[in-house]
Amino acid sequence: MVVYLLCFLLFLVGLYGVLTRKNIIKIIIGLCVMEYSLYLFMAMIGYVDGGVAPILDPAKPAGIVVDPLPQAIVLTTIVIGLATTALLLAIAIKLYKKYKTFDIDKINTLKG
Amino acid sequence: MDSMIPLFIIVPLGIAFLIPLTWRFIPAIYRYLPSAGMLFLTVLAFNMLFTVGAETITYKVGGWEPVNNIPIGIHLIIDGLSLSMLIVINLIGCMAGLFAIPYINKYTGENYFYSLFALMVAGMNGVVMTGDLFNLFVFLEVSVIASYALVAFGSSRDELEASFKYQVLGGIASLLILFSLAITYWYTGTVNMADAAGIMKSGGAPNTVLFIQLFMVAGFGLKAAMIPFHAWLPDAHSSAPSPVSAMLSGVLIKAIGVYAILRLFFTMFPVTPQMSYVITTIGVLSMVVGVILAIGQWDMKRLLAYHSISQMGYVIMSAGIAMIIMSRGGDKKIAALALTGGLFHMFNHAAFKGLLFLNAGALEYATGTRNLKELGGLSDLMPITSATSLGASLSISGIPPFNGFFSKLIIIIAAVQGRFYFLALLAVVVSIVTLASFMKVQRYAFLDRIKAPRLSKIKEVPFLMYLPMIVLAVLCLVMSLMIIPGIRDTFLMNAVFSLLAEIS
Repeated sequence: MVVYLLCFLLFLVGLYGVLTRKNIIKIIIGLCVMEYSLYLFMAMIGYVDGGVAPILDPAKPAGIVVDPLPQAIVLTTIVIGLATTALLLAIAIKLYKKYKTFDIDKINTLKG
Repeated sequence: MDSMIPLFIIVPLGIAFLIPLTWRFIPAIYRYLPSAGMLFLTVLAFNMLFTVGAETITYKVGGWEPVNNIPIGIHLIIDGLSLSMLIVINLIGCMAGLFAIPYINKYTGENYFYSLFALMVAGMNGVVMTGDLFNLFVFLEVSVIASYALVAFGSSRDELEASFKYQVLGGIASLLILFSLAITYWYTGTVNMADAAGIMKSGGAPNTVLFIQLFMVAGFGLKAAMIPFHAWLPDAHSSAPSPVSAMLSGVLIKAIGVYAILRLFFTMFPVTPQMSYVITTIGVLSMVVGVILAIGQWDMKRLLAYHSISQMGYVIMSAGIAMIIMSRGGDKKIAALALTGGLFHMFNHAAFKGLLFLNAGALEYATGTRNLKELGGLSDLMPITSATSLGASLSISGIPPFNGFFSKLIIIIAAVQGRFYFLALLAVVVSIVTLASFMKVQRYAFLDRIKAPRLSKIKEVPFLMYLPMIVLAVLCLVMSLMIIPGIRDTFLMNAVFSLLAEIS
């Protein structure tokens, strides 16, 4: 149970980073930390103690196997995370070119 | 008919990837491809509505049959609500796509715009059809990533800042949804919605279910911009190019926010008193606070964006009322009436809010500003924009015979019948404040005398921009017909019963 709580703690660390940091790049890193904590969490959900990779071979039946579905979910989510992070960084570069700063306090033309 | 279902995803996805490859060879027609594809899908969805009716069709992607009654593989499910949402998405998408052809001309990289636009529609079509939680997440990400890029499309200061804010909050929302999805899988051992619903409704571990529900409300509430989570919406919706704003406000917050909340909380989770109060509260808060924030705005698109929050509050509130009535074991007819009003208002909102954003885009295209204080006296110079925006304004404020009147009337009647007198009163008051705020738009943009001399020479927008506005304005009137019993059964009640069928 402790490991799951540690995962959740990592999630909260990322969220804290997103909410408190003023630097755009650090906000993006905070989002990434949140994402990685979820990958870890999902990989652990699918883990079965003593399990092996779920490769079905009629000649050599495997005993206990780990659950492959969370692994598939994590792989898909990593690809999605790559897309979002790449887009965020692209916007960050564009913002830097316009404002010459990464500080979100100085990037405040909109009122929110 | 089953084999037609994947077309709703294949057609826009195919267009999205064909345009960047082939736009050089077909420079004359590639701009029309997204609209043409969506028009085809609208016709297809209408056709399915009449042939399928109240049935539910399940399409198993890849032909994976269930093993021991445990569904494996992804299921696409078409029922009344999905079909209605598909019609709304593709119809508004087609109109916004046509409007974009003259509007986007001033930007560079036009081909990427049409590609991203089709990608966004593909994602939304997927979200409303899927019967699988993780697949819902994937399609949701497809549509929101396209929308992040579309908000930043002009890459001016405002657009970049709005897009960054939208991406950070949207990213947190996606991760909350993913987290609740992971716990759902941990608890139920499946990501298929129908399968998970069976396990969740069988009781046991109510606290786990409550935990999942709270994360889902936070995640989808952020996507739908309900009031505690609304900070990104006014920036993103007002900074984006106008056809994109029309899509974001008219369709995206419904398809990935409100639709997902309705689908999950009515068919997947058990209806509990706690969650129905939470949902009603955020609905009422959005309805009231959204309109209060809207009334002081002078930027036309920001004003419209705040009204989107308020109008979505109506939908969530009526869904919440329906949930409260059902969780108390009250009269199912009143619950169905409240939900009917909510869904009807959601479809109506797509028509009139899409139209209002297109009007704002037309004003910006013709005059170069959307500040209401600088506009004025445009009713003679831009007769079509003026007339259509008057129709949409009356519709959103709930004046008969426009569609907004009937949906608000149904919501208020349902609230009174369910003995929620205070909520009914609030709905009426918010409607009056909405009317006041749109009178302000009409007065300052169209009726006043011309303030700036340069505005005296502007002309009406080109044909491709006023055609979608006329179509949507006609739709604002025609959708009122949906309360006539024969028509209502086909269009509206199938959608309502697809949500209420599983609750007895």
